Amino acid sequence: MADTQRPLSPHLQVYKWQVQMLTSILHRVTGVALAVGSLVLIGGLLHLAAGEDSFNHFREIAGSPIGMLLLFGWSWALFYHLWNGVRHLLQDAGSGYAIPQFIRSSWLSIIGSIVLTVLVWAYVLMAGGAA
Amino acid sequence: MSAKEIVVKDRRTPLKTARGLGSSQSGVGHWWTQRVTAAALVLLVVWFVLTVLCLLHADYATAHATVARPWNALLLIAFVLTMFWHAVLGLQVVIEDYVVTRWRQVVLLVAIKFLAVLGALACVLAVLRIALTP
Repeated sequence: MADTQRPLSPHLQVYKWQVQMLTSILHRVTGVALAVGSLVLIGGLLHLAAGEDSFNHFREIAGSPIGMLLLFGWSWALFYHLWNGVRHLLQDAGSGYAIPQFIRSSWLSIIGSIVLTVLVWAYVLMAGGAA
Repeated sequence: MSAKEIVVKDRRTPLKTARGLGSSQSGVGHWWTQRVTAAALVLLVVWFVLTVLCLLHADYATAHATVARPWNALLLIAFVLTMFWHAVLGLQVVIEDYVVTRWRQVVLLVAIKFLAVLGALACVLAVLRIALTP
């Protein structure tokens, strides 16, 4: 909490739930998650650079159930942050500010990210796993 | 014109107005860089995801050869640098918003920069090693 005794503004619990809240919160959460998830990218590249045995070890971890679950979460976070990021860029350019448009584009971000994740993982599973 | 009128019109010095950096001393630099890196990442992420999907079930030799291809190595380094830059800008805002105690805030802000630079350098070094190893 703040060190000072200033009055605090009302926080999340006093507001009625709206989808725009969810997209905003998710954008931050997925952003932080992706920053942590960059460890996967660092790991993959370092293992590939270190030679064949090392790379096969990485593939084993990535293809294990826990590895696939993490990759699944990571891919959804990436696609959500991508969709909603494009939405934010369009809003920064000045479009889509009317409240109905704002709500519609919020749902588009959420649904678009789920659709993209399902498509990608359908492809991965049809090809027979992640590694 | 009396001195009082001048004060009411604008409290800033002309130099302050010309610099246009506002009370934060950094103007819109952070905001704009975040958007530019975001726009670059839209393209780079699409390329990255497609490349990774093409490498499903690839053995070591195929993966190595793919990353070693000049365009792929170039784009991969561009992706990694842009991604870590964008991540630092984003994490910075989150830390500034939620970490209230000043010394904790400063320590975290410096720590994420150190970690991001280390991560970016590790990735670049790995790509260069892959690309330059025959």
